[in-house]
Amino acid sequence: MPFLVESIWVFWPALQGFWFSLTRWDGMSAPSFVGADNYVELAGDATFRGALLNTVIWLVLFGGLSVLGGFGMALVLLKERRGVGFYRAALFTPVVFSLVVTALVWRVFYQPDGIADTLLRAVGLEHLIRPWLADPQTALYAVILPALWRQIGYVMVLFLAGLKAIDPALHEAARMDGANSWQRLRHVTIPQLKGVNAVVLSVIVIDSLRSFDIVWSMTRGGPYHSSELLSTYMYSTAFQSLRLGYASAIAVVIFVLALAVILGYLVRAFREEAS
Amino acid sequence: MNKLRTGAFHTGMILLSLLWLGPVLWVVVMSTRSFDDIAAHGVGSLPRSFTLDTYRQAWTDGGELRALINSMLVTVPSVLLSLGLAAMAAFALSRFRIPGRRTILLLMLAGNLLPPQILLIPVAKFSELTGLYDTLWALIAVQVGFGLGFYTFVLHGFMRDLPGEIQEAATIDGAGTAQIFTRVMLPLTRPALAALGALSFTWIFNDLLWAITVLRTDDNMPVTPALLALQGQFVSSWNVIAAGTVIAAVPTVAVFLRFQRHFVSGLALGAVK
Repeated sequence: MPFLVESIWVFWPALQGFWFSLTRWDGMSAPSFVGADNYVELAGDATFRGALLNTVIWLVLFGGLSVLGGFGMALVLLKERRGVGFYRAALFTPVVFSLVVTALVWRVFYQPDGIADTLLRAVGLEHLIRPWLADPQTALYAVILPALWRQIGYVMVLFLAGLKAIDPALHEAARMDGANSWQRLRHVTIPQLKGVNAVVLSVIVIDSLRSFDIVWSMTRGGPYHSSELLSTYMYSTAFQSLRLGYASAIAVVIFVLALAVILGYLVRAFREEAS
Repeated sequence: MNKLRTGAFHTGMILLSLLWLGPVLWVVVMSTRSFDDIAAHGVGSLPRSFTLDTYRQAWTDGGELRALINSMLVTVPSVLLSLGLAAMAAFALSRFRIPGRRTILLLMLAGNLLPPQILLIPVAKFSELTGLYDTLWALIAVQVGFGLGFYTFVLHGFMRDLPGEIQEAATIDGAGTAQIFTRVMLPLTRPALAALGALSFTWIFNDLLWAITVLRTDDNMPVTPALLALQGQFVSSWNVIAAGTVIAAVPTVAVFLRFQRHFVSGLALGAVK
């Protein structure tokens, strides 16, 4: 029964998605088969290439920095001591907000004469002030920052769980052998976290490719597609330009990008089930 | 030396915490400022006024009340239904020798990992076809369908680790399958159910993409899209927008505070498994 429910709302639509990507369709009349035309058009579409590049930048900056930041914070806040609970909670708080709430909080920050500008003025860097979200050069990065702000606490919790599962005796033994803290991190902690690393990596890549809410609520992919990701471009192509076949082709590209990660994740899950 | 390090640690962490909590506090404070105050001194200045009228405006004029009701009407049934179905599936898959059960389980998990973009158009069309388009039913159905895979996977891992003797003992005592499920398995999986419940509540409540895909009418929109609409309606009334933001954040924060322990362990559940 549950499998049936998921089949109706997930598997069957997914198969349809592939079929639609081979058609031209405006949503009113019946879809007409056009073969690979949509993919040929994608190859020459400058907006698509921009969105693809932005998605890669997003993956590297949002993904990379949230892993580094989350791991760093987990290391710093691992040891139980006074105040640690509060600091953990502070970093974790944004995780419970929706991305729309996060977006609005940060819009206030970026407003002309908002907090960002006030701070810059206070330290004498007025010349840097610009309309952060409306300037094609900064829009993408101005959106990545809030996304990171929310993600770091989440990644931190994942790493904290993993770090706590490491047997303290291992560290003790390494200390006895004269390993300094850097060597212990490099040769004890990181190898022990292998399982968590795999999960975090998959979560991050999939989250990056799915990222939609925050961009949509802050810039809608603008100005001039400068903060466009594949996910936002797909949505606006489908539901605003009503080019459903073409949008499906973009969705297939997103799927292919995610596929490697999904397969890796499943192989791991499969092995664990088997053992 | 040690004292110095502790001092540095706390100074650094307090600054960092401020960076994390500061923007949130700023919005809360701003939601109590009057329009004239913000117009005259900008959103970056310290408050010079206090009003709660902004909340009334967001609540009634901005339609946040309607939106909150919609959100609850979607979130609560979705959480209950998806966890109920997932528990049944996990029970069946972990306790009975169903042929191909491993494949089924992994297929369900794979479905949850799919990028939703590939599903958007077909799901929108399918809900039009079944007449569910632009109703809250469509949103509930999508949320249940899309969430099932992950919940089943986690609950399956949890149920598999419960000792088989419990089930055998219950069978000897004359309990049927349904009774074993409701009387024995469900109570034993409570920690996992609570964790997933808290987690899925925030996921579904916070969703934007599915809501704007299967809903069209403003009156049907849950809180997240309504908040975006509020921003269009009160373009430069930043105090009202801030009040709306606070209202939209309160339910998930409340769930988080109430189920804090479960919440964090739920996140960790996926990572260590």
